[in-house]
Amino acid sequence: MSDKTDKIMSPEEVVGRLRSGMTVGIGGWGSRRKPMALVRALLRSEITDLTVISYGGPDVGLLAAAGKIRKLVAAFTTLDSIPLEPHFRAARERGAFDLTEIDEAMFMWGLTAAANRLPFLPVRAGLGSDVMRVNPELRTVTSPYADGEEFVAVPALRMDAALVHVNRADRAGNGQYLGPDPYFDDLFCEAADTAYVSCERLVETAELTRAAAPQTLLIKRHSVTGVVETPHGAHFTTCAPDYERDEPFQKAYAAAAADPAAWAEFTARFLSGNEKAYQSAVQAWHEEQQ
Amino acid sequence: MTTPATAATSAATRADHCVIACAEAWRDNGEVLASPMGLIPSIGARLARRTFSPDLLLTNGEAFLVGPDGAIEGWLPYRQHLAMVTGGKRHVMMGASQIDRFGNQNISCIGDWEQPARQLLGVRGAPVNTLNNPVSYWIPKHSSRVFVERVDMVSGVGYDRAAAAGPSATRFHRIPRVVTNLGVFDFETPDRSMRIASLHPGVTVEEVRAATGFDLTGISEGECAYTREPTAAELRLIHEELDPRATRLREVPA
Repeated sequence: MSDKTDKIMSPEEVVGRLRSGMTVGIGGWGSRRKPMALVRALLRSEITDLTVISYGGPDVGLLAAAGKIRKLVAAFTTLDSIPLEPHFRAARERGAFDLTEIDEAMFMWGLTAAANRLPFLPVRAGLGSDVMRVNPELRTVTSPYADGEEFVAVPALRMDAALVHVNRADRAGNGQYLGPDPYFDDLFCEAADTAYVSCERLVETAELTRAAAPQTLLIKRHSVTGVVETPHGAHFTTCAPDYERDEPFQKAYAAAAADPAAWAEFTARFLSGNEKAYQSAVQAWHEEQQ
Repeated sequence: MTTPATAATSAATRADHCVIACAEAWRDNGEVLASPMGLIPSIGARLARRTFSPDLLLTNGEAFLVGPDGAIEGWLPYRQHLAMVTGGKRHVMMGASQIDRFGNQNISCIGDWEQPARQLLGVRGAPVNTLNNPVSYWIPKHSSRVFVERVDMVSGVGYDRAAAAGPSATRFHRIPRVVTNLGVFDFETPDRSMRIASLHPGVTVEEVRAATGFDLTGISEGECAYTREPTAAELRLIHEELDPRATRLREVPA
């Protein structure tokens, strides 16, 4: 009996599989369980011209600030405890990229359609709103049954690659969330041609269910291409129960984003080295704040 | 209806009337999820749950349904929350950066959508909310910047836009009320345009008209009802249990 495929990669190896012009989905929600270590690796690369699909948070902000987004598909972009993402706002206000602005539920059904290899799914959402005006390519569909109702046909949000972050994973790509909400990370993985799962801690398969219920096993290995162990890899977003959002650091991020000189300083200090350098810089910053 | 306050409670402030007006939105709603956005709607929802609408479901703002004491009674991650929206078992009270006379609401951006003067949150769940479950609004600072003739990006769908979009849009569409620091507004008019349902005590029709960027339907001074007074028991709950640190006064100063 041979062992299952070992999918361990470094953040750099994940980014090495991506190309400019790709459509990349990013899991999590707002400033919650975002695969920030993978996003930071993407920031360090030459890759650009991306179509990003995200329930947007600082992942979108950072990629927008670095000029890597050609088109964004989103229903919002927020830092949660800070309602408006400063880099996203600035990028939109200078017309930096195209936006496909759809509703949260339309987004979910677009992912679901992609995961089920359907071209679209019908939803009672969007009708009457300006989502239809700003997305003139959206079509409606009429129920073939007696009700004859008209719905929005949300096109499948199929993507070249998905990036998600979970609490635990094994080498084969089984991903486990231990926090309160799965968000839509399993759908992202299933809706993508390739999916890369970063995790707080890599464990043996048997350990996944030693202390946690089996329904925490959110992501199945058949939909995963690569697994990356990146402790604190969701920083500064939440990764409950391993850690909560780093609110002081998020505040510093938002404050720096408001001013070009401060942002240059932030980038030099935190985003110019590799992931290990980032985590050390954050730790040093916290010690300074004492 | 006025109830004499007991010695333990102070007189009702404007913020207390706002809490009552928000709480009333969930009266007789039955076993549905009350989704309040903002401080005062949150206090209002919990007040309704503790008093006249005991069957309401509440969340802790994350993935749990919780009782009034915070005890978890259910799991509600985002994807199940969205199913509660489309199943209609929810009454949300959302915010609005702009709202017009027919209840079209905007939280997306100010100015031209292509390159906005001010980018805000994005449409979030407003399009799906408004077509599927009752949506009320809370606006802590009633002004002609918010109450506009025409919103820049229709996020939440109003009565005229829903009607134009057809039966699938109107089937479950309902905007029970808009609550502000000045009063309560609804759309119980023949053409479904906004009218004053009640003024908070101390507010005049003139004051509301001056702060509204469109003509409110009907109602002149003297015809207006006033938002009801909280009972002594309600005041005590608000002041001592639901908001002992008086955070509501930050949203609506006395």
